[in-house]
Amino acid sequence: MSSSSTNLKELFLNGIVKENTIFKLALSLCPSIAVTNNLKNGIFMGLAVLFVQVMVNMTISLLRKVIHPKVRLPIFMLVISGWVTVTQLMMAAFVPDVYSKVGLYVALIVAFASILARAEMFASKNSIIPSMTDGLGMGVGFLFALSVISFFRELVGKATLTIPTGLTTTYVATFMDTKPLLIMVLPAGGFLAVGILMALFNWIDARYLKKKSHASH
Amino acid sequence: MGSEFTKIFELIISASLINNFVFTRFLGLCIFFGVSKKMETAVGMSITFTAVMMVSAAISWVIFNMVLVPLEITYLEIIVFIGIIAGLVQLSDTVMRKVAPGLYYKLGIYLALISTNCIILAVPLINAGEKYSFIQSIAFALGSGLGFALALTIMASIREKLELADVPVPFRGLPMAFVITGLIALAFTGFSGLITL
Repeated sequence: MSSSSTNLKELFLNGIVKENTIFKLALSLCPSIAVTNNLKNGIFMGLAVLFVQVMVNMTISLLRKVIHPKVRLPIFMLVISGWVTVTQLMMAAFVPDVYSKVGLYVALIVAFASILARAEMFASKNSIIPSMTDGLGMGVGFLFALSVISFFRELVGKATLTIPTGLTTTYVATFMDTKPLLIMVLPAGGFLAVGILMALFNWIDARYLKKKSHASH
Repeated sequence: MGSEFTKIFELIISASLINNFVFTRFLGLCIFFGVSKKMETAVGMSITFTAVMMVSAAISWVIFNMVLVPLEITYLEIIVFIGIIAGLVQLSDTVMRKVAPGLYYKLGIYLALISTNCIILAVPLINAGEKYSFIQSIAFALGSGLGFALALTIMASIREKLELADVPVPFRGLPMAFVITGLIALAFTGFSGLITL
């Protein structure tokens, strides 16, 4: 695989649009509902996943020549859980208020099928720069999906938007004086929101992106 | 002893109904949407799942409290738990193939799916976080398994009927499954307040 800039750009966009973890592959769905009742939590969770994805891809890519193929899966799991522990400790130290809400889900990044899949399918076969770009694309795609879902849920459910302006500072924007649609921040609303957004993406895909045909399933 | 028994009963009820893993904690969704298409696979998955969960909760409790806590390395819990689960799944895969080939033929494929499942990992993590006793940990695992089985069978029976329904094209498949899950989750919020722990 050549590492020309167009190729890298394609790799990056692939993770965001074509193989978006949540909306297209429907993997790693747990946090997409659990942490998205608030824009700030959604963004920080997305950043955590982005960090783990890039670092895991980088590590696996560096180690790909020394890992024996027979024991590759346990080693991948070990690398992933190592980086997740790093993320978990960093979040507990720097953003304790977010961590108290999303801590369990950060720990469960270990069990993300998408991260293991990228390590197995991409990073273990490619050199470091394409691997990191691939991780960046997948991670940004995930961050994008979480942000969209939590933006939508918080706006409709509470009529506010909690925008993080720094690690600990936030700006809460309030809209309308009417009663918000409370169901959207309830557990049930998470499923409804993701369902509706998925359908919307399907519709956009079928309507406008048909000419860019790809192997759909 | 009486209050201990009540506590265990409360844990099982709360883990299966009130804090149902799928509907209020949103864990194990990949498997939930993946295997809830047919009733038969749903039942097979639930049985395998509950069994593995209880055993892994027991082993993790022992290792966490006998090794990690005395050595003060509890921050390694994620790595240790994922190792225990992966090892356990591999072990039960091998043992089942030798001892009960019939059962292996039926449930073997689910075993492979389990090792990367978030519920299996979440149970030991929650047990460690809440500092449950050994018996309580197993009760919590049993309750969670029952709750997951309940969710899976409800969803599978609905999706079997859904095959015949006329769903708008963009909603076909997963989006519709999400909307249905949302509606079931709404029903499950009725259980909240059943027991106050």
